[in-house]
Amino acid sequence: MTDIDKTAEPADTPAAGAEAIKAIPVRHYGRYVAAVIAIALLVAIIYAFGQGKINWNAVPDYFFDDRIMTGVSKTLLLTVLSMLIGIVGGILLAVMRLSKNPVTSSIAWFYIWFFRGTPVLVQLFLWFNLGLVFEYINLMPFYKDYWSNFMTPLLTALLGLGLNEAAYMAEICRAGLLAVDEGQTEAAHALGMSHSRTLRRVVIPQAMRVIVPPTGNEVINMLKTTSLVAAVQYPELFRYAQDIGQNSGAPVEMYFLAAAWYLIMTSVLSVGQYYIERYYARGSSRQLPPTPWQKVKANMLSLGRPKGAVGA
Amino acid sequence: MTDKLSKTQDTPVEGTVPMVKAQGVHKSFGHVEVLKGIDLEVKPGEVFCLIGPSGSGKSTFLRCINHLEKINAGRLYVDGELVGYRQQGDKLYELRDREVAMKRRDIGMVFQRFNLFPHMTALENVMEAPVQVKGANRSQAKERAMQLLERVGLADRAGHYPSQLSGGQQQRVAIARALAMEPKLMLFDEPTSALDPELVGDVLDVMRDLAESGMTMVVVTHEMGFAREVGDSLVFMDDGVVVESGHPRDVLTSPQHERTQSFLSKVL
Repeated sequence: MTDIDKTAEPADTPAAGAEAIKAIPVRHYGRYVAAVIAIALLVAIIYAFGQGKINWNAVPDYFFDDRIMTGVSKTLLLTVLSMLIGIVGGILLAVMRLSKNPVTSSIAWFYIWFFRGTPVLVQLFLWFNLGLVFEYINLMPFYKDYWSNFMTPLLTALLGLGLNEAAYMAEICRAGLLAVDEGQTEAAHALGMSHSRTLRRVVIPQAMRVIVPPTGNEVINMLKTTSLVAAVQYPELFRYAQDIGQNSGAPVEMYFLAAAWYLIMTSVLSVGQYYIERYYARGSSRQLPPTPWQKVKANMLSLGRPKGAVGA
Repeated sequence: MTDKLSKTQDTPVEGTVPMVKAQGVHKSFGHVEVLKGIDLEVKPGEVFCLIGPSGSGKSTFLRCINHLEKINAGRLYVDGELVGYRQQGDKLYELRDREVAMKRRDIGMVFQRFNLFPHMTALENVMEAPVQVKGANRSQAKERAMQLLERVGLADRAGHYPSQLSGGQQQRVAIARALAMEPKLMLFDEPTSALDPELVGDVLDVMRDLAESGMTMVVVTHEMGFAREVGDSLVFMDDGVVVESGHPRDVLTSPQHERTQSFLSKVL
């Protein structure tokens, strides 16, 4: 792990032979004032919440309640499945938009135009009520039923969230594919690689570096957006929290509880995103930055050493 | 040293099928005509240098040879076969993506901007095409790739990513990558133009070594010293046409054409 040594090295060790400068640093009084004001405001806000009419004890009481846990797992399920639909659909749409075939590229354009241009909540309601247009669903030999029976709340939620997400993912994927230098494609072609192999082995791995960070954002966004599906009768974390709140007479407390759970989940996702980004950054910079864990280890090592005694 | 690569003829052989043959090759980008009828022949085992001012069409011509650019008129043959098309009777059929890729396997290309795959180490760059395109066994491909890296003097950098290598080192890896497909023809598109002057020598050494092993090479270059020492034929291009051709020594020391004279007086 050579990268640890680099960061552990103190930045301002005086050069050997030269006399180190000892000067009185400039005092930034403005910074002290700003810090005091900020802390005072923070304390005031915490105090306000603490003495308000909120029964904080209700939060830990229900934190691991069965219904909340079911809600959490359903929220995660919705996030994962609709992101899957979004990513697969997005890649497909991006390839369609970049294709030389004017029909497929304009269809993709139209799709993105529609699904990005209307609110998800409206789309969810549209899917839910599409029974007015299609009375039956008829997949000839396999399946036949009334639309309202077929369109369960879960399916409505998945289609609503997933198809909307596909439009955003399409733009992210397209930007990623376009960001790869054309010389890369040429070099791969010159080596005798076919079009699809070039895409798979050379272009997509490099496009990922551009695609992953915004996709991470999309996942986190999706996790929060799932709270909208309460509107189409699919119960998830927010809906369960609301129900418990109404039954137990602690509605606001349950909102705080839901917020805490959303924060926990998004925080875990952010950590995952960090490591995926790191993986796709290989080769793009000379030295990968140390992971937080490596930083902690490096700091612990350097703490053991007396200050200024670091020679190497 | 030389036997690792020598699978082609040692000396140019007269009377055989030319490695590259161009007959009245035209190429336009939109309304701009870049190549205005190029006729030339590259013999097997020859080092063929293309020189000329920028914008003269020499790089474009090079890119036509492996069909990175489509020609608009004329005929272009590599090893006796038409590039990019199939002729049946008097009709030309465009080749499919897969067929074009098949033909490119035998033609190595080295770019001005190296174009190494940045997400792969030097070794992986060299192994990529044999494994992916030829379906070579991984361990054999690795062994062969190490030999090639050793040949270009970079065996100790096998595990480095391109961003950790200097320009000269990257270009030498790029040459090894092209050689890994065991091509019968190598195209060099200004291989030293993007390099610091002190790094040019290493790359030229590798190319000189390759020429001695009998590889057929078409080299677009501004390195007149290299052309004179290593080249077997030289063509001076300007404004999309071949102005003058002959043995490098003759063309470079006693150019006949006025345009060649004025160009050489500026670069030499």
